[in-house]
Amino acid sequence: MCIAVPAEVIEKKEGNIAVVDYGDLKQEVRVDLVDVDIGEFVLVHVGFAIQKLSREEGLETREIFRQVYAAMEE
Amino acid sequence: MSLGTEISRKLHDIADRDMVFMHICGTHEAAIARYGIRSLLPDRLRIVMGPGCPVCITPQGEIDAALDLVDRGCIIATYGDLLRVPGSRGSLESSGGDVRVVQGVHKAVEIAEGTDREVVFISVGFETTAPTVAATLLSHLPSNFSILSCHRLVPPAMKWLLEQGEAHLHGFMLPGHVCTVMGYSEYEQFPVPQVVAGFDPEDILLGLLMLARQVQEGSSRIDNAYPRAVCREGNMKAKEIMGEVFEPCDVEWRGFPVIPGSGLRLRPGFDQYDAQKKFDIEFRHVEKHSACICDKVLRGIAQPSDCKLFDRACTPRTPIGPCMVSHEGACKIWHTYRVKMR
Ligand code: SF4
Repeated sequence: MCIAVPAEVIEKKEGNIAVVDYGDLKQEVRVDLVDVDIGEFVLVHVGFAIQKLSREEGLETREIFRQVYAAMEE
Repeated sequence: MSLGTEISRKLHDIADRDMVFMHICGTHEAAIARYGIRSLLPDRLRIVMGPGCPVCITPQGEIDAALDLVDRGCIIATYGDLLRVPGSRGSLESSGGDVRVVQGVHKAVEIAEGTDREVVFISVGFETTAPTVAATLLSHLPSNFSILSCHRLVPPAMKWLLEQGEAHLHGFMLPGHVCTVMGYSEYEQFPVPQVVAGFDPEDILLGLLMLARQVQEGSSRIDNAYPRAVCREGNMKAKEIMGEVFEPCDVEWRGFPVIPGSGLRLRPGFDQYDAQKKFDIEFRHVEKHSACICDKVLRGIAQPSDCKLFDRACTPRTPIGPCMVSHEGACKIWHTYRVKMR
């Protein structure tokens, strides 16, 4: 529920929608809550980008979150 | 020597008295359990999980209200974690109703767009989640869509915990993702050591070290050990959108009494999306009658292994309390990692 995952914005679409890349998965998310451009990193929670992240932070935390969440889902 | 071991050694030097710190975040608990962080801590320093799982703190009365909506023939949409949480007469999963798991509120709206039936989104979550719902309610919505607002705010619960004092807390590790959205200025009202920490093992150990240092110095401030994602102001746009749609209200938490200003209800302009008003649904207080000690776990005065049912009668397949249901519940997390460690 409070789980959030860093992703890179790779495309912007009509109606507050962007396509993001989690590294191994691409997905459409809502970007109502942030002003972002292509190439920027965001933190995605329940299908919404909730905050922008620096690129470095995005890449660094992505791996750690992946490990923790993969175990939680099992 | 790895960074983690070095921080752990420093913690052993510094913990010259009992120190109890609370975190309020399922992701922190998962990281702590996964990396065995408790085994690296000195005996006198403890980290406990507080009410950091939004699904777990949703009281039975609100699950019962969702079941009432099933009885009215509504399609219920919500997060998977909520499905098996027991109300006083079963769970959403066992209700036999049309209950659908969605990734977020926007997917519940898509369901409403494709049907004439009433669709109600059971809207749980802290300040991380509430802005996503608020943004959705500000867009164009079909008239057969509404939400049951079960949102909770973290600072009023922290205030309650500090005033009440039973957990003997010396400081808080603030919820990282809540602070990503809200910033941490609201937490400056609390006269105890606090730290905003990230989620990798070194980040968490460093956060604990910062808290222990504050205790030793006798100071109380907020150290931000996660400045890459969290700033004092948070996400201003998200905060404004949330404030436009929701207002604080007094609500009960599972394991807690009514905490003033700790819930969110829709502002009057949004009545048509308020399932409580639309279907005349009341949240009733339910007395608990079971050996489940989730209430104590959520208040930080017991840990899952203190529960007689833990890993015996209560497992993720046969959950008795919500803390064994949600991925962010302390019991579920402890179960996951105990199994792994064997
Ligand atoms: S182990 Fe089960 S019964 Fe015991 S506190 Fe946790 S959820 Fe409740």
